[in-house]
Amino acid sequence: MTEFVTIMIVKMVVIFAAVMGTMTYITLAERKILGYMQIRPGPNRVGPWGLLQPIADGIKLFLKEDIIPDKASKAVFVIAPAMALIPAVMTIAVVPFGPTVTILGRPVDIYMADLNIGILYIFAVSSIGVYGIVLAGWASESKYSLLGGLRASAQMISYELSMGFAIVGVIMMSQSLSMVKIIEAQQGVWFIVPQLFGFIIYITAAMAELNRTPFDLPEGESELVAGYFTEYSSMKYAMFMLAEYINIITVSGIVTTLYLGGWSGPVLPPLLWFVIKLLAVVFFMIWVRATVPRLRYDQLMTLGWKVLLPASIVNILLTPIIMKIFGYL
Amino acid sequence: MAETKNMILNMGPQHPSTHGVLRLILELDGETVVKLTPEIGYLHRGVEKLGENLTYHQFIPLTDREDYIASLSNNLAYCMTVEKLLGMEVPPRAMVARVLLTELQRIASHLIWLGTFGLDIGAMSLFFYCMRERETILDMFEACAGARLTINYFRIGGIAKDLPEGFEKRVRDFIDILPEKMKNDYERIFQDNKIVRIRTEGVGIISKEDAVDLGLSGPLLRACGVPWDIRKSNPYCGYETYEFDIPTGKTGDVFDRYLVRMEEMRQSLKIVQQALDRLPGGAFLADDPKICLPPKQKVMTEMESLIHHFKIVSEGFDPPVGEVYHSIETPRGELGFYIVSDGSNKPYRLRFRPPSFVNLESLAKMAEGKLIGDLIAIIGALDPVMGEVDR
Repeated sequence: MTEFVTIMIVKMVVIFAAVMGTMTYITLAERKILGYMQIRPGPNRVGPWGLLQPIADGIKLFLKEDIIPDKASKAVFVIAPAMALIPAVMTIAVVPFGPTVTILGRPVDIYMADLNIGILYIFAVSSIGVYGIVLAGWASESKYSLLGGLRASAQMISYELSMGFAIVGVIMMSQSLSMVKIIEAQQGVWFIVPQLFGFIIYITAAMAELNRTPFDLPEGESELVAGYFTEYSSMKYAMFMLAEYINIITVSGIVTTLYLGGWSGPVLPPLLWFVIKLLAVVFFMIWVRATVPRLRYDQLMTLGWKVLLPASIVNILLTPIIMKIFGYL
Repeated sequence: MAETKNMILNMGPQHPSTHGVLRLILELDGETVVKLTPEIGYLHRGVEKLGENLTYHQFIPLTDREDYIASLSNNLAYCMTVEKLLGMEVPPRAMVARVLLTELQRIASHLIWLGTFGLDIGAMSLFFYCMRERETILDMFEACAGARLTINYFRIGGIAKDLPEGFEKRVRDFIDILPEKMKNDYERIFQDNKIVRIRTEGVGIISKEDAVDLGLSGPLLRACGVPWDIRKSNPYCGYETYEFDIPTGKTGDVFDRYLVRMEEMRQSLKIVQQALDRLPGGAFLADDPKICLPPKQKVMTEMESLIHHFKIVSEGFDPPVGEVYHSIETPRGELGFYIVSDGSNKPYRLRFRPPSFVNLESLAKMAEGKLIGDLIAIIGALDPVMGEVDR
């Protein structure tokens, strides 16, 4: 028992630290990649190649004055960023970074837990995140925040549905909700091949869920200044940013698990494969951000309800046929 | 049912997409704009009144600060108005150089428009590509006048200095580069993008009749299908001798405004090419010692030039009594200057018609009943420069 607890605590610390570290450097990577795509160097002043920039940003945000607007509903205003951040961190628990390895003679899984309802857990927990955003928008007592919060809630609810339906195809093929089982089911062929249609739906919906361009309406700066976190400053603002980027990692991790074969791959160690695939998905999202403009609110809703939702249902209906073709049945 | 009330949202003057200090008071029903009231005046500097206290030469730098995106066009409009008052002839080299530079300025202005319009609807990368090409033009201006934004290069009677060495080659290089960049970079990333199309097509339509009634001008009017361009309808600077087309749109929506501006850049390039080919030698400033500053060399060596120099700088010149209006086609539309002279060295009254100010009046008509996202695209396509609106 003590051994189990020790292993869990060590894993908790290591995975949390690794995710936080990756997250901070994804912010730098985003700025660098965007920079190179936009013929400018990106951050390059702090440290070699701008490598200390995330740390400088962190220190800066930490030292900023924490402003709470006079008219804001204070308790909710303070709780909201935490409500956005905690679910984001919680979902990481079931992201399978690597298989079971032997460390000091003991078998250790490179993930926190393999729930038999892994996917369901992720959906349940990540949906809570939207409360943080809505409450932030509402509690700020600012019109831009309110509009941003409303947009966010409408958008996230609309796209959660098609996201959920899109992965039903994967669940049908793997016959399990457990993340590890899903990876094991992809030893032959990655699900991106038989489930290409579902993959496209999922990644589109996931980007909407993450408020990434072209679905960054809740924080569309040219329209709503900064959306739901307009009034936030200092660490509270940083917490929204943390939540956003941790969610990017989680979603990329889920995409890797569900469609890209998880940690499986030749030659290189499994953990490395997982990280490579995860970063490739992150790169894809940054690339999209550099390329496309933002949708309009009504167009976003149309896309969610009239295109993605029917498409994801069709995908479910097609999956048995695909399974027959690929010999799963 | 509970009574619902529309939300009043105050957008601006500090807002990322109101292009400066435009303030809009929006009445919103959800995300729909029910009523829109523009509030201007945040950049008012009383330039027209200042003009009454400055000599004719001294006012030129202030014109730079009106439409600061296209300062040379402002220089040109003002200088030509004063020249008209004086009945003055401009040497051919200056005339061609003015056409050349204002067309380059038009391209630079449209480039910055394209970039910021892209930013408004969320296409970030385009902005940097546009800035890259605009930078080349600004470098040319810097070589000419030493300044990049508020260029202040034209003078009453010609241009301040001769075109610099190597200027021709720079322009020719640019002519080679731009069409390719427009095709490969701007159009492929922007025009061919499905999201851009659905964001711009059918948005902010204004009818031909309304556009004419409101007195719109420039690309905004041409996008409605009215082929009205002062360079054609009332040529100045010898525009009648250049070969170029006036692009027009069909529906008058935001996408048409984009197409018109893109085509205008190509046409401007054509004019620049022609101007470059015919650029004559000779004087760049009229030989009128009472009005134009003598060359520095002469001021140092000749008594008479020194006196002229002193007189022009200290008290300017006295134009004949009269009033005069002259307008030119700037990147934003018709910019006209109206000067009343009482025969003294300062204008009795100086007023101008800024295209952005008039164009801005169409905003409510275009945006009411639309969504906030549309409103942003419409403001972007309107291309207002607040310096010129508030004066």
